[in-house]
Amino acid sequence: MSILTVSNISKKFEHTEVLKEISFKMERGDVLSILGSSGSGKTTLLRILNFLETADTGSITVNDEVTFDASNAGTKSEAEIRKNRLHFGMVFQSFNLFPQYTALQNVMLARELLEKAKPEFKTDKKRILEKIETEALELLNQMGLSDRKGHYPHQLSGGQCQRVAIARALALSPDILCFDEPTSALDPELTGEVLRVMKELADKNTTMIIVTHEIPFARDVSDRILFMDGGVIVEEGSPSEVIENPKEERTKQFLSKSNIK
Amino acid sequence: MKLIISQMPVVLESLNIGFLQTLKLFFVTLLGGFPLGLVMAFGSMSKFKPLSAITKLVIWFFRGTPLMIQLLIIYYFPGLVLGNPVWGGGEAGRFAAASLSFILNYSCYFSEIYRGGIQSVPIGQEEAGLVLGMTKGQIFFKVKLLQMIKHIVPPMSNEIITLVKDTSLARIIALQEIIWAGQSFMKGSKGISGAIWPMFFTAFYYLIFNGIMTVILSKLEKKLEFFR
Ligand SMILES: Nc1ncnc2c1ncn2[C@@H]1O[C@H](COP(=O)(O)OP(=O)(O)OP(=O)(O)O)[C@@H](O)[C@H]1O
Ligand SMILES: [Mg+2]
Repeated sequence: MSILTVSNISKKFEHTEVLKEISFKMERGDVLSILGSSGSGKTTLLRILNFLETADTGSITVNDEVTFDASNAGTKSEAEIRKNRLHFGMVFQSFNLFPQYTALQNVMLARELLEKAKPEFKTDKKRILEKIETEALELLNQMGLSDRKGHYPHQLSGGQCQRVAIARALALSPDILCFDEPTSALDPELTGEVLRVMKELADKNTTMIIVTHEIPFARDVSDRILFMDGGVIVEEGSPSEVIENPKEERTKQFLSKSNIK
Repeated sequence: MKLIISQMPVVLESLNIGFLQTLKLFFVTLLGGFPLGLVMAFGSMSKFKPLSAITKLVIWFFRGTPLMIQLLIIYYFPGLVLGNPVWGGGEAGRFAAASLSFILNYSCYFSEIYRGGIQSVPIGQEEAGLVLGMTKGQIFFKVKLLQMIKHIVPPMSNEIITLVKDTSLARIIALQEIIWAGQSFMKGSKGISGAIWPMFFTAFYYLIFNGIMTVILSKLEKKLEFFR
């Protein structure tokens, strides 16, 4: 059983077709990297998975459960959409941490709000809040940020912010964690620390979709690679297939421009 | 000098009464202007074009004309032009007319400040909240509100300080605020006439009150400095 099945996803903005009949599958524990030049539709695809955009056609299935179907998308309530989007986590290029909360509070906030909405929260408040905090601290520790838990985002470096953002996404235990160019907003000397924690997550079999321009990283960490161009998947396969021995002309061109071998 | 000292108790009593009226107008304007300004901010940002157009027109009018003219129109127009003096002739009527003018005028300024505050929060904050499964309400109250307030406080402080001084404009419709009270001793009141110093003296009231407001507002601003 695939953890994720994306079929025939298309998306138009005004008159430009940004995604054309995108289909792919993912297995649990897989790391899928999406490569492609600027404007190829990578961000749009991640945003559709996270319900930040609505696809015009197609469907998305997580664990055999249809979470999105363009044919009935308009009929879904906000609560249903919220439940479905929790299958996915999202790490943004620009972190989007909440500035008025400390690193720890950033990680805890959404979990707290979710737990508070449950009926059993009232009876077992203290234990639940303690559990949330313990797990959040554990996540920060995993990100190498134990000593930064009380810091506000403006007191953290870009690399630290992005690691807090990763912990924040992990706190909701998504089935699939999406990254949209997580290191593109970072100074080069800070990308390493973020890629390192992502590598650790991959080693722990976290299911991840990574949009990145860090091709050597994608080659090392991914189980599969998608190469997109002009809103379609041009080539798909293992890193050795797509990155080392690309078949398609457009893939070869893209990789040679990215000057890695 | 001796004369001034002997006149002081009478003058201060009048000025205090006038200043009370000043303060009342000040607080009523804030009380009405804060919520109405928020409504107008949402109106001007509405996706429903006629609503946003009308709101923007109203804002343009009230920000584009002097408050003094607005006071005169709102106070005299019903009686002189419509033949229906809704405000009556007394101090209570003048206060009601002044309050309405000030609330309308200031809510237009406030609405622009709110709009700036609302638009200052990057869209990424909302999106981060959404992907974390938060409701729209949670995103507004737990994520965006404090960021908006932080953005709003400095320009709001400026408006509030200006409002303290602007209340003196209500003098034009003979509202018995502090300038009116000070001025009355020039014409003659309570056995004192031809005295100009009481009017100059009113400046201390404004200075002290604005001093207090400045301290409070900058405390608030400091309080919000813990994040950026
Ligand atoms: N909200 C929008 N309205 C209109 N056009 C949009 C919108 N969002 C994206 N687009 C367009 O869709 C196309 C694909 O954008 P997208 O951001 O998905 O590309 P990308 O592959 O992530 O590019 P990059 O590598 O630069 O991040 C672009 O041409 C972009 O201009
Ligand atoms: Mg992008």
